Amino acid sequence: MKYGYFPGCSLKGTGRAYEESLLEVLRALEIEIQELPDWNCCGATAYMAVDEIKAFTLAARNLAIAEKQGGDLMTPCAACYLVLVKTQHYLKEYPKVRDAVHRGLNAVGLRYEGKVKVRHPLDILTNDIGLDAIRARVKQPLKGLKVATYYGCQVVRPYATFDHQDYPTTMDRILEACGAEIVHYPLKTKCCGGSLTGTLTEVGARLCHILRAEAKRQGADLIATLCPLCQFNLDAYQDKQPGQWFEPVKLPVVYFTQLMGLAYGLSEKKLGLGRNIVSAAPALRHRSAVTTA
Amino acid sequence: MAERSNEIRVGFYICHCGTNIAGTIDVTAVAEYAGKLPNVVVSRDYKYMCSDPGQELIASDIREHKLNRIVVASCSPLLHEETFRHATQMGGLNPFFFQMVNIREHNSWVHTDKAAATTKAKDQVRAGIRRVGFHAALEKTRVKIHPDVLVVGGGIAGIHASLTLANAGKQVYLIERSPTIGGHMAMFDKTFPTLDCAACILTPKMSSVKNHPNIHMWTYSEVTAVDGYVGNFKVKIRRKPRYISEELCVGCMACIEQCVFKQPRFEDDFNQGLAKRKPVYIPFPQATPQVVLIDPEDCLYLKTGKCKQTCLEACDRNAIIFDQKEEIVDLEVGTIILATGFQIFDPHRTPQYGYGIYPNVYTALEIERLVNASGPTGGHVTTRDGREPKSIGIIHCVGSRDDNTNKYCSRVCCMYSLKLAHLLKEHSGAEVYNFYIDMRTPGKGYEEFYDRLLQEGVQFIRGRVAEISDWALTKEEEGKLIIRCEDTLAGFVRRTPVDMVVLSVGLEAQPDAQDVRRMFNIGCGGDGFFLERHPKLAPVDTFTDGIFLAGCCQAPRDIPDTVAQAGAAAAQALALIDAGEIEQEPNTAYIVEEDCSGCKSCIPLCPYTAITFDETKKKAVINAALCKGCGTCVGACPSGSIRQNLFEDEQIFAEIEEVLSGV
Repeated sequence: MKYGYFPGCSLKGTGRAYEESLLEVLRALEIEIQELPDWNCCGATAYMAVDEIKAFTLAARNLAIAEKQGGDLMTPCAACYLVLVKTQHYLKEYPKVRDAVHRGLNAVGLRYEGKVKVRHPLDILTNDIGLDAIRARVKQPLKGLKVATYYGCQVVRPYATFDHQDYPTTMDRILEACGAEIVHYPLKTKCCGGSLTGTLTEVGARLCHILRAEAKRQGADLIATLCPLCQFNLDAYQDKQPGQWFEPVKLPVVYFTQLMGLAYGLSEKKLGLGRNIVSAAPALRHRSAVTTA
Repeated sequence: MAERSNEIRVGFYICHCGTNIAGTIDVTAVAEYAGKLPNVVVSRDYKYMCSDPGQELIASDIREHKLNRIVVASCSPLLHEETFRHATQMGGLNPFFFQMVNIREHNSWVHTDKAAATTKAKDQVRAGIRRVGFHAALEKTRVKIHPDVLVVGGGIAGIHASLTLANAGKQVYLIERSPTIGGHMAMFDKTFPTLDCAACILTPKMSSVKNHPNIHMWTYSEVTAVDGYVGNFKVKIRRKPRYISEELCVGCMACIEQCVFKQPRFEDDFNQGLAKRKPVYIPFPQATPQVVLIDPEDCLYLKTGKCKQTCLEACDRNAIIFDQKEEIVDLEVGTIILATGFQIFDPHRTPQYGYGIYPNVYTALEIERLVNASGPTGGHVTTRDGREPKSIGIIHCVGSRDDNTNKYCSRVCCMYSLKLAHLLKEHSGAEVYNFYIDMRTPGKGYEEFYDRLLQEGVQFIRGRVAEISDWALTKEEEGKLIIRCEDTLAGFVRRTPVDMVVLSVGLEAQPDAQDVRRMFNIGCGGDGFFLERHPKLAPVDTFTDGIFLAGCCQAPRDIPDTVAQAGAAAAQALALIDAGEIEQEPNTAYIVEEDCSGCKSCIPLCPYTAITFDETKKKAVINAALCKGCGTCVGACPSGSIRQNLFEDEQIFAEIEEVLSGV
């Protein structure tokens, strides 16, 4: 089965490491993808607040292109994923929105019939590929590596399409299949602050700090994410003093695909591990020390 | 089939129903209009046709004007069809020479335009008057009622219904699938709001059931098939092997003592898994019957065939029978009461509350056992990790009032949460917090009990709990369970650290309610509970005559309501039995034999299994006693050989023609 692929802007920018590692892992698992031709910005949360109809039309253009191309649409960015799923939901439920969006698409000669399935890589890996196939490809198990799996809010809420909205477990199971030890992490779907880190930095940084502190308290060596914004917020604001009562917490924050790639024996460079602000190297060295010991 | 008699003399009556009808429809204009229609001899409007003078009007007109058909335009036939049929009969006519036209629910209540509503009423009336000309005299059939009753489920509902019936001299078969009667109530510690001990008020009734000469109590037994119809049900019961003779065992428990398993090591269901039992066990000390049983999944001998069988030596009555087989028993009963109860909501479905993740998160039913003097800790409140809790949070509405699980309110949780709050505080001295959305305490003495808890110093926080976790922000929170909740009275988000959490789980339909529903041919609502015939006026009846509902199988309810409903179900059964026979509506389907091709397509369609096949004649046969007049077979028959009384083609086509002739 061949999947359409919608990277979104983050995976070409701040989240390059996500795309690099994802593509490597997909190649290792022999999953074929084809990037959408001439895709555009999903609009993310920002455009929705400015003009809903235009935002839906923007997202629907990608859906229409994907439909034309055929196959399910793999969407790794949590924000893109949510916007596309939300757009589908609104086009299905609200005839007024549908009519307006269809007029817009018609103007550029596109059609959208609501057939394409938007899928997150976690969904595809768990349900199409299967944990056994994921496990079978592992060359260097992540033995001894304690991971806090952080899903963020957008991939399971409000549309819990492939996992539980309050207690998702797909990433846990995938990384477990790669040999990692998943620590109990009660904040796995809590807010990272989203764009607040840019607007109300103090508040955003505090939320990020809470997430890191709890992961550390639960014994994690690092945090694994699936969202470029979560990864950026958690990784980039570690030096920011989150308030007078808190001690800063240093903790590497990586994409789950980077960990999968490591288990598959791929090089750290190919997996974009050098792009992280807080280096994951000490945590990973600690692991190899454990494995060799 | 009726043919249009040469002289049809119709009496027509339109009811004002106060202003219910007359407020929207010009009733005098309709009466005047109807009076000019063919065959109408008398046409009147009257304030309340259902009143005694209204009925008398019909009867005297029949006599005076030699009427032979009656049409009343008023409310729904569900309400007053019987009334006017009776009035027709009082006048000396067959009651089925009557037709009712619903101009209230179908017209005045749903319209506001008086002129248009009046025109529509005229159309409806014209159709009814034309139809009644094709009516035929029909006779109601009578079916004998077998006096024995089957009660399914031995919880408090089944117990109370059985005792009521047995005390009235009826033979009752009480079937319970678990090894003892008592149901959920037997697991409870105290009952709200009086705080009397559940066992103390229940166990005397349990032993009355056991000792009553008119009750045949079969525990560890299940109904496997139901056939027949009201008054004449044929039921199959499967009696599972206990590997113990119920007749010989006296419940001395010597076998339990001597079992090769020296320590209990299997999950004790009665104690919600908080304690262990042996392969040979008795569910609880007051279990009824006082008979042990052997779990074949756990027993070494039954599993492997190899065991010293120390239990055999211990039993001086030779009551242990390892080769006991299951038994199928056939019963004939006239009426059935379903009292199959509920299951508690499985909180694994709300992982944000941490059940199964954090050991010190409990269900309310586990707490019932924990505070019980005969429970696993003798009533001493300790957490799973062996600590005495200093603070306890009780979370209301888990699996209730929630779009993601069950939308309905489970009705009993507020009150049992108050009861558990009181008991936990009393037993442990802990600070107890109740997190509620709304306190729902409608019931005798319930609000007063809530007030008492407020006086006792139990804390109440209004807000649906978002999550329970061990996410500690401060030193004080370390090692605690943190309850996060928006306090909607104070207007901020609370973090309440506690040692123990109680989830007030809601009540759900039994997991096999759908199978049971199909077996007994009754309905289920969208929430999975059995459906009553009418939510207000027939709350214990089902859509299948002779089958009644009692207790939580119909909807969540507390013990007083369950007992009241069980009494009502027993009374309904008694009413049928004491009448000795039941009249059946003649609106049944029948087969015109010469037209039937024997294709059998009607047989699988009948929802009441009323159609069989006569192999010698090669024709379908309808059992009128089973037929409910749904019309499915009538519509489906390819040769048009199935017809239905009161819904004959001529009658329906006449009605349709007249309704449309006004367009």
